Amino acid sequence: MRTVIPVENDDTLAAVRGFLRRLLEEQIVDALLVPMETPAGGGRIGVVPALVTDPGMLDAANPLAPVMGVNTARVAGQVSIREPRGRVGVVLRSCEVRALVELAKLHQAELDDLVIIGLDCLGTYDVPVHGTMQDDGALDMAALLATARSGDLAPREGYAFRSACQMCEKPHAEGADITLELFGADLTAGVPVTLPDEVGEKLGLGSEGEDGQRSEVVEKVVSVRTEVRDDRFAEIREQLDQEGIDVVFAACVRCHNCMDVCPICYCKQCLFRSHVFQHEPIQYLNWARRKGAYRLPSDTMLFHLTRLNHMVLSCIGCGMCTSACPAELPVDLVFRATGARLQEGFDYVPGRSVEEPLPLITFREDEWLDVGGE
Amino acid sequence: MTSDFEPRIISFLCTWCTYTAADTAGISRMRYPPNADIIRVMCSGSVDPTYVLRPLLDGVDGVLIGGCHPGDCHYQSGNYKARRRIVALKMILDSVGLDDERVWLRWISGAEAGRYAETVTQMTEALKEKGLNPMRQKWAV
Repeated sequence: MRTVIPVENDDTLAAVRGFLRRLLEEQIVDALLVPMETPAGGGRIGVVPALVTDPGMLDAANPLAPVMGVNTARVAGQVSIREPRGRVGVVLRSCEVRALVELAKLHQAELDDLVIIGLDCLGTYDVPVHGTMQDDGALDMAALLATARSGDLAPREGYAFRSACQMCEKPHAEGADITLELFGADLTAGVPVTLPDEVGEKLGLGSEGEDGQRSEVVEKVVSVRTEVRDDRFAEIREQLDQEGIDVVFAACVRCHNCMDVCPICYCKQCLFRSHVFQHEPIQYLNWARRKGAYRLPSDTMLFHLTRLNHMVLSCIGCGMCTSACPAELPVDLVFRATGARLQEGFDYVPGRSVEEPLPLITFREDEWLDVGGE
Repeated sequence: MTSDFEPRIISFLCTWCTYTAADTAGISRMRYPPNADIIRVMCSGSVDPTYVLRPLLDGVDGVLIGGCHPGDCHYQSGNYKARRRIVALKMILDSVGLDDERVWLRWISGAEAGRYAETVTQMTEALKEKGLNPMRQKWAV
């Protein structure tokens, strides 16, 4: 069913909060996993995911805030993975929905009792940028929400969206149970929502409104972003080709942040944090003697290349890796450009469907017949 | 590269087929270059990409993975999974500016001792042609 949540006094956020509150009040879900505002010092407001059971507390919910500090799919796994559990509504941006689908396939999330509430994403800032914008009085929600209607997505002048958002060609939410369809809508008038009929009936909502401009606006956003993405892919591919990954990632400090924040990199005990890479002192000396010098901590490129092998087919392009990188390396770009090639090669679209098997756990007998021959 | 360059190859050979072929090649006193060090594994499907990457980044000139012909895996499907994994690995190497032609996957059954000897000969020649793995001289990896 498609309906429109009415907006009063141009307050889109209040309307969205009201809708979420009704989901709790009508017991459609037992709890909501949703971005919440909280004081973050110096007059700033931080926005962090929280599991909310008290409808009254949703006055602090803000899924529209243009900031992404965590890929919430990571924590959606924690509240769903085994019984007993509640029925939880998870409010996710488009890239987080895709990450959750991949995590379900990796058996790190269980979708049975999750209600995915997806929303079109207008772009997000890194946490520090979001803080600075508040200090500068530059965070203008109304202006940002206005871009949804035309699809002319842009950050506030003088500030930049996260690198991944700048080249995100899938900002529209797909595959969710309930979708807040921001694109193409006049959000000062109402927020279009598609939801299962029985949920709509329970909430007393009538079917209303047509798809209107959404598909058109989505098409426009996708085409603009695809162009940006392709330019950046071409640039990084050329750099990798010329210089190699060992040069592009030479300044890596091996903090493992990219791995920690990656929604796909889920291993509880990572090989690179295990005793496998704790060698005897004499071993390091021998290695140093072989090349004359030996980089420490060791195996930095092996870390990135192994991570590429483990997760790049499932990389959904949220770019948290780059947001978390203290060396400001183009991690998202390298992974996305590489991922795009592999995903095409294996005819796999991460986040598209839970039915689609992960490429490396399945096979066909009649493929790559030239591999293994002469 | 000078003609006396001897490439170093690390090979991961499935115990049920290619390792047996290597053994037979030895018993039959077949002549082939001594450049490949053999690591015996239970299945080509057990070769983790990290096993291949570590020697390459260390400066080894080539890595050979030997498995049973498709359809002949002792564990039914290990070699099919190895095929996907190695295809992915080679795509990744190529995508990030590393030489994927230093990684060879070959199906060699236990009865194909000659094919094993030929493969090692061909790979040694091909790597001589390529020259030293540039990673051997890079310390900052």
